[in-house]
Amino acid sequence: MKENQTRIFEKIITRTIQFSGYSSILFVLLILFFLLSEGTPALFDVPLSQLFSERWYPIEDYYGILPLILGSLVVTLGASLVAVPFGILTAVFIAEIAPKWLQEIMKPLVELLAGLPSVVLGFLGILVVSPFLRDTLNLPTGLTALTGSLLLGGIAIPTIVSISEDALNNVPESYRHGSLALGLTRWQTIWGVTVPAAKSGILMAVMLGVGRTIGETMTVMMVTGNAPVVPTTLQALFMPIRTMTATIASEMGEVATGSSHYHVLFFIGIVLFLFTLLVNVIASNISSRKLKRSERILS
Amino acid sequence: MDKIIVENLSITYSDGVESLFDINLRIPIHQITALIGPSGGGKSTFLRVLNRLNDLADVTKTTGKVLIDGIDILDPTQDVIALRRKVGIVFSRPLPLPLSIYQNVSYGLELMGEKRKTVLDDAVERALRLAELWDEVKERLHDPANSISGGQQQRLCLARTLSLQPEIIMLDEPTSALDPVSTAKIETSLIELKKDFTVIIAPHNTQQAGRIADHVAFFLQGKLIEFSSAEDIFTRPKDVKTQDYISGKFG
Ligand SMILES: Nc1ncnc2c1ncn2[C@@H]1O[C@H](COP(=O)(O)OP(=O)(O)O)[C@@H](O)[C@H]1O
Ligand SMILES: [Mg+2]
Repeated sequence: MKENQTRIFEKIITRTIQFSGYSSILFVLLILFFLLSEGTPALFDVPLSQLFSERWYPIEDYYGILPLILGSLVVTLGASLVAVPFGILTAVFIAEIAPKWLQEIMKPLVELLAGLPSVVLGFLGILVVSPFLRDTLNLPTGLTALTGSLLLGGIAIPTIVSISEDALNNVPESYRHGSLALGLTRWQTIWGVTVPAAKSGILMAVMLGVGRTIGETMTVMMVTGNAPVVPTTLQALFMPIRTMTATIASEMGEVATGSSHYHVLFFIGIVLFLFTLLVNVIASNISSRKLKRSERILS
Repeated sequence: MDKIIVENLSITYSDGVESLFDINLRIPIHQITALIGPSGGGKSTFLRVLNRLNDLADVTKTTGKVLIDGIDILDPTQDVIALRRKVGIVFSRPLPLPLSIYQNVSYGLELMGEKRKTVLDDAVERALRLAELWDEVKERLHDPANSISGGQQQRLCLARTLSLQPEIIMLDEPTSALDPVSTAKIETSLIELKKDFTVIIAPHNTQQAGRIADHVAFFLQGKLIEFSSAEDIFTRPKDVKTQDYISGKFG
């Protein structure tokens, strides 16, 4: 009797877990289906040559998404250039160099930064960073691709720092001691042994950090000026720009459901989705490689 | 001739316990000196003083003198990096880096700026031969270091230490986790090595000291109870505590 009860109980639990697992797959598929069904009509509404042209002006039926794609890329690239070196160096500092008490202060600080709502960062951008850039670089406006890059870098940094730092902390202490015992200096040990040993974790941190910047909306919408211009020269960094995310966020609310504009916005969503998918696939490839390596070590 | 002269060495860890107490000892050059005694006696602490690895541990107080080639290495102005190149150590657990077999031996030299391929190749071969490992890995130098057995890994660590051409080689229970074959190879290697190096070993049992040591120091609870030739220690120990330990009454 008792045993029977347990068995039924087990079954219920198993089914519940199964249901949760399957339903999350279902949701993802539904979202994907929705995105595709609303986005692909754009390909019929707007000729392909126009879709990938340089002019985004929906009121007059110009639906060129090229400036938006390039805008996103420029800002993401800029953010990576800021966040990757800074993030990794900070992680190395916290994990390898800082004394214990400083670590204790810096770790929660980084976590705090990670939890900062992006709208607050946008505030900071509008009130501090943008006027500062305008005045020091003598620009017509402080709302530029550069402003967006700097602030997005700020969003990616905490992710990069905390995951890289975890990776560094997971490097066995014995590696460091072995290296120091050989008479290598602290720097040689850090760059020659510790960082390479944490390489895959650090790469994953970078991908996840970059992934966050691609999808980030609120901050870029607030500080990049939102002018859909194709960035061609380096000068473009100091001019307003518009990203895919900002476009969707600002225009989706006013668009007539089922119109060409509506479908194109969804199409942009698909493009964005492909970008983040790419980054995630790379990141998970890195992490699975890491797994294989640790398996090798264990065997 | 004495390579290392230790005078009145005392060490206290941050927990306040005196782990080495007034140690006086002379370690002769080109010989194997074994440090024996029950665990917690201070053998590892003593070894870690000799290349200042204790700088990384929670040591609060070190007093006394440790002269290597006549120079006091406890002097704060001592170049620790140079010291560690001169006094290499092999730990009890084999700790290869996640690199290839070849790289594990070459990376120390490479990080020190040696780039010439032929020099590196020669150094790697020489070190692996000294560690009695060459024949087993010469065909697979570029396999990952963790693809070889634990015993081979430990000899790889010995080769890594040897690659930098130290003068003193210390081994802290190097064979405690190894099979008999690898243990024998390491012992053979050490007997060969003492021609060119000064070897200090904390063996994981007294039998090993009996097989390879020329001199034996018996550590008990942070004190050096007795230090003399291996023959004397094993056949006519002066101290009754040494006698009890050798005959297996405690340990
Ligand atoms: N890093 C450390 N911090 C505090 N105490 C230590 C540390 N290392 C060793 N000790 C203490 O020093 C004493 C000697 O230890 P150790 O040198 O490891 O002896 P052995 O190698 O002979 O077993 C022990 O009482 C041990 O608890
Ligand atoms: Mg020990």
